[in-house]
Amino acid sequence: MNIHEYQAKQILKSFGVAVQEGIVAHTADEAYDAAIKLKEQFGSDFVVVKAQIHAGGRGKGNIVGKEQRGVAVAKNADKAKEIAENLLGGTLVTIQTGPKGKVVNKVLVAQDVYYPGASATKEYYMSVMLDRSQSKNILVYSTEGGMDIEHVAETTPNLIHKETIDPKVGLQGFQARKIAFNLGCKGDAFKQMVKFVTALYKAYDNSDAAMFEINPVLKTSDDKIIAVDGKVNIDDNALYRHPDYEAMRDLAEEDTTELEAQEHNLNYVKLDGNVGCMVNGAGLAMATMDIIKLSGGDPANFLDVGGSANAKTVEAGFRIILKDSHVKAILINIFGGIVRCDRVAQGVVDAYKSIGNIPVPIIVRLQGTNAVEAKKIIDESGLKVFSAIVLKEAADLVKKAVDGNI
Amino acid sequence: MSVLVDKNSKVIVQGFTGGEGTFHSQQMIEYGTNIVGGVTPGKGGQLHLERPVFNTVADAVKSTSANVSIIFVPPAFAADAIMEAADAGIEVIVCITEGIPVKDMIPVKEYIKSKNCTLIGPNCPGVITPGQAKVGIMPGFVFKQGRIGIVSKSGTLTYEAADQVVKAGLGISTAIGIGGDPIIGTPTKDAVELLMNDTETDAIVMIGEIGGSYEADAARWIKANGNKKPVVGFIAGQTAPVGRRMGHAGAIIGGKDDTAAAKKQIMAECGIFVVESPADIGEKIKEVLE
Repeated sequence: MNIHEYQAKQILKSFGVAVQEGIVAHTADEAYDAAIKLKEQFGSDFVVVKAQIHAGGRGKGNIVGKEQRGVAVAKNADKAKEIAENLLGGTLVTIQTGPKGKVVNKVLVAQDVYYPGASATKEYYMSVMLDRSQSKNILVYSTEGGMDIEHVAETTPNLIHKETIDPKVGLQGFQARKIAFNLGCKGDAFKQMVKFVTALYKAYDNSDAAMFEINPVLKTSDDKIIAVDGKVNIDDNALYRHPDYEAMRDLAEEDTTELEAQEHNLNYVKLDGNVGCMVNGAGLAMATMDIIKLSGGDPANFLDVGGSANAKTVEAGFRIILKDSHVKAILINIFGGIVRCDRVAQGVVDAYKSIGNIPVPIIVRLQGTNAVEAKKIIDESGLKVFSAIVLKEAADLVKKAVDGNI
Repeated sequence: MSVLVDKNSKVIVQGFTGGEGTFHSQQMIEYGTNIVGGVTPGKGGQLHLERPVFNTVADAVKSTSANVSIIFVPPAFAADAIMEAADAGIEVIVCITEGIPVKDMIPVKEYIKSKNCTLIGPNCPGVITPGQAKVGIMPGFVFKQGRIGIVSKSGTLTYEAADQVVKAGLGISTAIGIGGDPIIGTPTKDAVELLMNDTETDAIVMIGEIGGSYEADAARWIKANGNKKPVVGFIAGQTAPVGRRMGHAGAIIGGKDDTAAAKKQIMAECGIFVVESPADIGEKIKEVLE
């Protein structure tokens, strides 16, 4: 589960990680008030107004139809209000949102942390995640903070360091010190960095996170180490033990059709293609999408109906797929093992009749238990449903449908 | 010979008396798997499906000499169940449970290193040696006896592959569903290694998906070991978008190295016969054997 920057900072702070302080605002007036409060607290007129959406690249992203970046510095509360006005309700397009962008519903008004002082400021990169090849957590860090880390990894891989955490003992002091030394921290900044790294790992471990990315981690001009941004992803399978994090879920950030599918216990991911599909099992669903592509179409979705492919789930699946007007054909691919194909076939026929007229051809491939009986049910239904048993036949039918030949 | 499970396997079921456990135990018994009992804490001493129920895996092992366990315990308790089986001396642990938090699996993976056991899964369809033992949830009739080994992350895609192998006039030695989670007990390479060393397996079907590096690791191992048996490979998810989870917890593209295209390229470079379409698995395996 993804959460917003301001929520990520709440979690970080609760484990003692120093963060850039800020106040969430839903309106331009709230943004003005927030800027005034931050001035009282930190003594600076300057604040940063940051759009809160579930996507990165906000600083370089732009609001559609306006000259407004997703993250902008305001020199006073009036300016903060003006920026918030531009951002709120606007559609922010960044490198990660795709061309459709995301609507901004909240902004974070944050303290100015790049104030001048005794030493120069310095930005670092830090993340914690599972290293799947080792089945252990790793801390990834770099002196090259504040920029696209994938670019750094490609151009200067020697500047990216990894520290593996031994699950038996967790992050050790020597590891935190090594990280601080490798980042070139000295004096008070060194001590602060050790503290920061230690608290960051504790936060990751205790929050059942799947990923923490802090970019940048900032050394301020007075040698504080703070998280200026925070990208946190919580392991969905562990949410049952974190009801407080589960409450952070922002449904406005999610696709409405995907939410509807979840209500029916269907695992659905919306894509941009023209052939819908409905499959039992995640692996076979991905393979079915590949078949669609190889047949000349593009998958409109991923949809795993799980182990219970009955009339009810098939109908829900149909309705969800048909919400997408780009869909020109639907391929149902069920490998019946314990679930019998003739029952699924009957389910397809019943669901079809219940919906009424389905404007696109349906290709049903049923293989496994009672596949022949299932094909008969489909063929004799009198509906615009084409049946197949072997995967190749289904692929050929998809090709015909894509070419407009059925 | 086959691998992991055979007619001599003595199997217990953890989560025996629950809905899933009961249903699939019946199916396994019907198939002919030697289910010698089960474990449900607090229900020890009862009989279920005409087999004894034990409170602990240790009790079950002591009374039945079980050496294989299959786990249907809910996700919140499954990590504990795996460690209990490992501690009791179970040699092959098959964990079907989907949805175990990663944080729970990291210590499990560490814990079982010091035990004499092989963990298959979690989030997997199990293992089947056709005609001998089915320790899983797969439809047994699809898997006909033969000399092709199958390694796969997915359930229904494994059945699909097995069906194609059978339709090509061949059969299966052992099919290993390794699971679709980010942390699994037996990565692709280890499962392939078992089949490479099996005298009753002539060729291997290796099916993977987007996410992680298991398939690439296996491919490099296969090449380093001299491509002793032909391997047909397929990677699902060439159309999957970056950063979106495709059903399985582990099926998510993290970077440029774990896309379907990247994995397929490495596999092809390592001498694996890669098929672009999942519909071609059966024909390809027949072709490489001829």
